[in-house]
Amino acid sequence: MGDERYLRESRRHFLKQAGIAAGAAAAAGALAWALHDPDGERGKEARPELELPKGGFAVVPSAVLPALGVAEGQDAARMVRAAVDAVGGIGRFVRRGDVVVVKPNVAFERAAALGATTNPEVVRALVSLVREAGAREVRVADNPIESPEACFVRSGVQRAAEEAGARVVLPSARDFETLRVPGATWIERWPFFARPFAGADRVIGVAPVKDHNLCRASMTTKNWYGLLGGRRNQFHQDIHGIISDLALMMRPTLVVLDGTRVLFRSGPTGGSLADVRPGNTIVASTDSLAADAYGWDELLGRSGEPLPPYFARAAARGLGNPDWRAQAVKKVHAG
Amino acid sequence: MGSTLVTPGWVRRRLAPNPDGSPWWARAFRATRVRVVSQAFFFSLFVFLVWCTWFSRLRGYPVSLFLEVDPLVGVATAIANHTVYRWLWRGLLVFIPTLLLGRAFCNWMCPYGTLHQLVGWLFNVWTNRDNMSRNRYRPAYQIKYLVLAVFLVLAALGSLQVGLLDPICLLVRTFATAIAPAADLAHVNLAAALRTRLGMDPEPLLLLSSAPGALEQRVFRGAWFVGAMIVGLVGMNLVIPRFFCRVLCPLGALLGVLSRWSLFRIDRDLAKCTDCDLCLRRCEGASDPHQALRKSECFVCMNCIDDCPEGALSFRLERLPVKDRVLGDLAKGTATLFGEKVISRVPDTVRAAPAVPRRRWLFAVAGGMLAFPFLRLSAAVNKRGFSPKAIRPPGSVEEAAFLERCIKCDQCIRVCPTNVLQPATLAPAGLEGLWTPVMNFAIGFCQLNCTLCSEVCPTGAIQKTPLDRKLGLGPYAEKGPISIGTAFFDRGRCLPWAMETPCVVCEEVCPVTPKAIGTYDEEITRWDGKRVLLKRPYVRPELCIGCGICEHECPVVDSAAVYVTAVGETRSIERSLLLEATRKAKEGT
Repeated sequence: MGDERYLRESRRHFLKQAGIAAGAAAAAGALAWALHDPDGERGKEARPELELPKGGFAVVPSAVLPALGVAEGQDAARMVRAAVDAVGGIGRFVRRGDVVVVKPNVAFERAAALGATTNPEVVRALVSLVREAGAREVRVADNPIESPEACFVRSGVQRAAEEAGARVVLPSARDFETLRVPGATWIERWPFFARPFAGADRVIGVAPVKDHNLCRASMTTKNWYGLLGGRRNQFHQDIHGIISDLALMMRPTLVVLDGTRVLFRSGPTGGSLADVRPGNTIVASTDSLAADAYGWDELLGRSGEPLPPYFARAAARGLGNPDWRAQAVKKVHAG
Repeated sequence: MGSTLVTPGWVRRRLAPNPDGSPWWARAFRATRVRVVSQAFFFSLFVFLVWCTWFSRLRGYPVSLFLEVDPLVGVATAIANHTVYRWLWRGLLVFIPTLLLGRAFCNWMCPYGTLHQLVGWLFNVWTNRDNMSRNRYRPAYQIKYLVLAVFLVLAALGSLQVGLLDPICLLVRTFATAIAPAADLAHVNLAAALRTRLGMDPEPLLLLSSAPGALEQRVFRGAWFVGAMIVGLVGMNLVIPRFFCRVLCPLGALLGVLSRWSLFRIDRDLAKCTDCDLCLRRCEGASDPHQALRKSECFVCMNCIDDCPEGALSFRLERLPVKDRVLGDLAKGTATLFGEKVISRVPDTVRAAPAVPRRRWLFAVAGGMLAFPFLRLSAAVNKRGFSPKAIRPPGSVEEAAFLERCIKCDQCIRVCPTNVLQPATLAPAGLEGLWTPVMNFAIGFCQLNCTLCSEVCPTGAIQKTPLDRKLGLGPYAEKGPISIGTAFFDRGRCLPWAMETPCVVCEEVCPVTPKAIGTYDEEITRWDGKRVLLKRPYVRPELCIGCGICEHECPVVDSAAVYVTAVGETRSIERSLLLEATRKAKEGT
């Protein structure tokens, strides 16, 4: 009875086939059910937001220490140390085992002598000082205008930072996360160069003194511009509002104003030694507005002119006091 | 006895001596094995040099080495502009193995050839019989010689087009504009996944990146076509093995013409050959080693020697054809050669010259002579009808000379740190300028202190340019900086000009000093009646170098309110803008 056996096998084959087809249809239906998105809202990408710690990275304010430490001299290492010592010493700002982010201004591919970027010797001195205080890791990071590698190499900052024991963090597309800055006018949510800040305990800004056509002066407060990504080129539409927002965004542990050179015109790019004059000064402070105001008056030599509007706007938010003359300033001569 | 008991059979078979009595290791040191090692070495070297063609990796490596030793590049540029630029004499180095061994370059050194062979081998699903028929010579394999002739005639007339199909140019271009960015996309996603999913530090993965420190994923205009071209050409190996090498490669054709004079070749021993044709099974060049060897087609891969069951094939010093020395009757099997019985029925052993009839050479020459006016009179890249967006990198020689030199290898595009250099599509430069470098300021900008493109250019289309020359400093102060174009404002799109909104990002980023973009302070009565002070930008053309950072940083991103066009470029009198510049240029010449 070969026929019967054949029919039995055919039946089995048919049932198997039908089972597979029914199973596949059921699985497809279940998958469609699970993925179903009736109004198109589910399909939108969830954007995680980052927030910096409450109170930022600032240290407890001191009633007795001077607001500004100003060191004048020729030797960057001694000046940085003296200026930081004047506001309490590095031990006040960095504890053993800290992860410290140092933010220089490396916006352009320029030789250090042209004054468009932070002096690498100042970066070296600062990183060494931070290492000396027992920092576990020092990260030097900036998001430049020109190509990052070239900026860090040509400015000499990469070499100085690495020789002093820091790690340079160059930005790449995936290193940015949306930062929430509660209360900011313009940058309440903005792409932020987040990678160097993962697990960071302290943030120190170190910025050169530069002329700037639109906002008049670029120093330690505007320096935080380099931590943002995205459509930064819209910032000029209210540059003073933006700089005030930047001060709100980043409450640093310490700022160091690198007045070893002053780019007094054709800023913030410069490009000629004729645009630069020696400043021979380092200013350290926990208040970037005070440090910048000192730079405006004493280093850019514009004390006759009113401060650019961003000072008042940031000060009105309680983010610092640009009236440095009313505060204690410790001025020392170092090397 | 004891050892045979403990040694497994497969080990004993591996260690068994050869039938001819030579020890087992003689099998491992066959010429074909050495060839594979050589191919792996040169392919790795090629990838390494592409990987190195980047700001932080250059370190003095000869990153354009493969392009420099490519004799077609040297020969064609010498024909076009009567000079041998910088390192192009290295092309002579490849003449040595070619005149000695034949087209060994194709199967021992050429990275593109290696890629074709590898893909053909991986996806070979044919039977031996199929393989043997696919590896026979076909008349279509003449095409490469005609391609070569067209290219050389075009070069002589002043249009260098070898780069369209030269395998090294083609492969460098493909790596630069298609493979490297694709690898970066994969690497960035992999790094992000490692960091977010596994919490690992993806720093070591940066080694995989083709462009470390580049802020954004690099993009290249028309990369899809370059990518499709390599997939198509390499994919053709599934239809005809070594399709590109056998049919299209102009470098292979040049080496084929030369290799007719090579001192060594594959030789067939008529007294041993049984005409089984097994030598065709893996013949890379389709050079007919089973009958009269086509010397100019043979890639010297040595596979036929391995495959010959009779040991009839050898690689040896060239000797005269033996056809006329055969005595007796081949058909009756009574033929002898130098006293030995001839077994093969095919007495021819060699055919030196490429099998291209003279009239076809003439046809190709005529084709080249017609192609030149067709291309050049399309007016895409010339004094008249030039595209305002054909902005060449700083240091480029003037356009006619540029077209005599640029081989479209896209090394400059690979090394450009800001991604501003883009392979020209048909729009800015026509077919003649296809894949030559032009700037796209929506994508990047020409970084002031960067001259990398001029460093890596193998042919001097972008002349080696010291930074002082680019910036007009030191000994070049008299000449002034190199300008590649001029910036213009579109006041209808500019925020301070048209929209009562402060901006002047362009002025901030203008890198020259004094700045080529200045601002007027103008007080206006705004729409709401308020008096506001606006800074409104303008250009000082005598200071503008056309770097395009203003256009790149302009917040009107889709079609910038400040934009650069090629007029005012230093290299061209025709495209000068200011009377002063023309006077200077005329003095210089």
